[in-house]
Amino acid sequence: MKILIRHGRVIDPASGRDEVTDIAIASGRIVHIGAAGDFSADREIDATGLVVAPGLVDLAARLREPGQEHEGMLESELAAAAAGGVTSLVCPPDTDPVLDEPGLVEMLKFRARKLSRCRLFPLGALTRRLEGQALTEMVELTEAGCVGFSQADVALSDTLVLQRALQYASTYGYTVWLRPQDAFLGKGVAAQGAVATRLGLSGVPVIAETVALHTLFELVRVTRARVHLCRLSSAAGVALLRAAKAQGLPVTADVSINSLHLTDVDIGYFNPDMRLTPPLRQGADREALRQGLADGTIDALVSDHNPVADDMKNLPFGEAEPGATGLELLLSLALRWAADSGLPMATALSRVTQDPVRVLGDAIGSLATSAGRLVEGGVADICIFDPASEWAVERGELASRGKHTPFAFASTGMALPGRVRATLVAGTVAYESLPLSLGG
Amino acid sequence: MLMRRNPQLNAHGELIHLLSIEGLPKAVLTQILDTAGTFLSVNDRDVKKVPLLRGKSVFNLFFENSTRTRTTFEIAAKRLSADVINLDIARSSTAKGESLLDTIANLSAMHADMFIVRHAESGAPYLIAQHVAPHVHVVNAGDGRHAHPTQGLLDMYTIRHFKKDFNNLTVAIVGDIVHSRVARSDIHALTTLGVPEIRAVGPKTLVPGDLAGMGVRVCHRMEDGIRDADVIIMLRLQNERMSGAMLPSAGEFFKSYGLTPEKLALAKPDCIVMHPGPINRGVEIDSAVADGSHSVILPQVTFGIAVRMAVMSTIAGNQA
Repeated sequence: MKILIRHGRVIDPASGRDEVTDIAIASGRIVHIGAAGDFSADREIDATGLVVAPGLVDLAARLREPGQEHEGMLESELAAAAAGGVTSLVCPPDTDPVLDEPGLVEMLKFRARKLSRCRLFPLGALTRRLEGQALTEMVELTEAGCVGFSQADVALSDTLVLQRALQYASTYGYTVWLRPQDAFLGKGVAAQGAVATRLGLSGVPVIAETVALHTLFELVRVTRARVHLCRLSSAAGVALLRAAKAQGLPVTADVSINSLHLTDVDIGYFNPDMRLTPPLRQGADREALRQGLADGTIDALVSDHNPVADDMKNLPFGEAEPGATGLELLLSLALRWAADSGLPMATALSRVTQDPVRVLGDAIGSLATSAGRLVEGGVADICIFDPASEWAVERGELASRGKHTPFAFASTGMALPGRVRATLVAGTVAYESLPLSLGG
Repeated sequence: MLMRRNPQLNAHGELIHLLSIEGLPKAVLTQILDTAGTFLSVNDRDVKKVPLLRGKSVFNLFFENSTRTRTTFEIAAKRLSADVINLDIARSSTAKGESLLDTIANLSAMHADMFIVRHAESGAPYLIAQHVAPHVHVVNAGDGRHAHPTQGLLDMYTIRHFKKDFNNLTVAIVGDIVHSRVARSDIHALTTLGVPEIRAVGPKTLVPGDLAGMGVRVCHRMEDGIRDADVIIMLRLQNERMSGAMLPSAGEFFKSYGLTPEKLALAKPDCIVMHPGPINRGVEIDSAVADGSHSVILPQVTFGIAVRMAVMSTIAGNQA
């Protein structure tokens, strides 16, 4: 199928392109960027007034499959990805069973490919059953399609195992994805601070993150393993990362939309929608995370999508399952961050397109040079959105099975900027809500 | 983010649930204390009943065991002529896997008018208050580490009874402050009622420095904490904290922080000694002090019934 996207504002952060022009697509690839000329398309999309950007790349989205299908499944969550303009996503291995066997990874990849809504890049478990004792078969898992290895939210307390895991992974050039959290200091349901003290909630101190970061940086220094730090949450953590990068350590990092926009004050009167991992911290932490994302210390913005069923959320705060739906909010919250910070839209798009692709690197093969960007000859993974359209997040209208989000209009009273109008994955329309049914 | 109204108050600022002392205006607290005063005489009468809650059903929902607190609520409700139903949830529904909100929905279908809730998780009564019908009232009888507002109010009643007003007092709270819902409720109440000097006293594991954010002076030496105090509130040390990573032993705690006659001599001569009970003799308090002339521990229990009557009758009279 040949598609022509006409008259859109084409923004490609990788090349710096920002102009109103056309994009011609054939056989799943972008064949031409520029005035269409005599390109004969099967379908034309009129993108007048809309932004045409690379499809979003989300480095952290849980699909809850296999094992927790009552909370989410591939059909619903990949539909949510497409509705959010996300064309590639990375999922952590803490499914049930854990992604520690090649067969499971192959099945997941196969199911996702059949749905053809979004490219799926699983992370394999770093240790068997995430138990922190025995290494997984990383080579086999990589051949099955894993793009890196992770402990998800299960802290690895045995530093000897951690060192060996990093040594082994670095033998093959694999990236290890770790959330910096000390196994013991990290116990708690809210960030330590005035709010947790007042509400009588057990607090996770900032040192739970910084102690883990110090340990990791020392291990990276020795092993030279490439490490991606997931979901930074504190100002002190950002400062340590900045220093580590200045020393040339091979580390990258991401932050979630939740930590970028919220603080512990938003917990209000024990709102379980604010029960998140890592916990929401204070205003100064949020400012440092925003600044870190702006100056590139933090490489990528992630949705940290985690659908949670009503039964697991309508509980007292400490018993509620952590997590929020996010795939459909990633674009809007990236745009809001840039607008709040006085940054150009291209910076917001960069942190959810080419920057996460850079984090993935060679692990995604030839896509490394074309996903997350708009380039002639590259894959046609494209997000078309209306930058002027604000929308209210209504639970019932989300495609995800997860309906719990801190950003629901009912609880914030705020509309979000940027509405996805169409998503193309490999040149196929995966989602559209076009007032432009002007197809050819 | 949207600022929500304090869920304890209706649009007119009247109390419809009692979930926490935090955020309640001084006038609301004072009114409850005044009302409690009128109920004290009821307790001295031959027929200890007033008809304020006649025909109303009060459910005692204790997800965590506490015979004493449950009994005081039961007595208070009965003296207001309510029908009282005690449910020992810890051993029934939730053991069968029923969720908190399902339990509440079922009891609401039995036409409950008021829930008295104790729960091990901070904030559980807020969840319940958000999901009950508009005519149903919720009283927090202790949630996790968060709040125990009726205990806070009865402590204020006791202080006012013996000290007349709050404006020039020094109040020391001693013991496991960080895990104590009583301490939190006392601190909010004392702050709201205008007590100028509130001290939190204990070792750093139980009294971390960031408690200062609640408006207290943090003291790690008992002598500094109780010197010239008008009121000393000793907290109960929970069994599970008596030995482990928080404290090495109950004996060592008593040596540093146990209230003995010698230490009490540092406080003002007319200092009163309070304790929410049940007391651990020889752990946080010496028997000579617990039974001595400064102790007002038993009057606290008596006042507790009047204060709980005042809370229940106040919220039952206000509509959502």
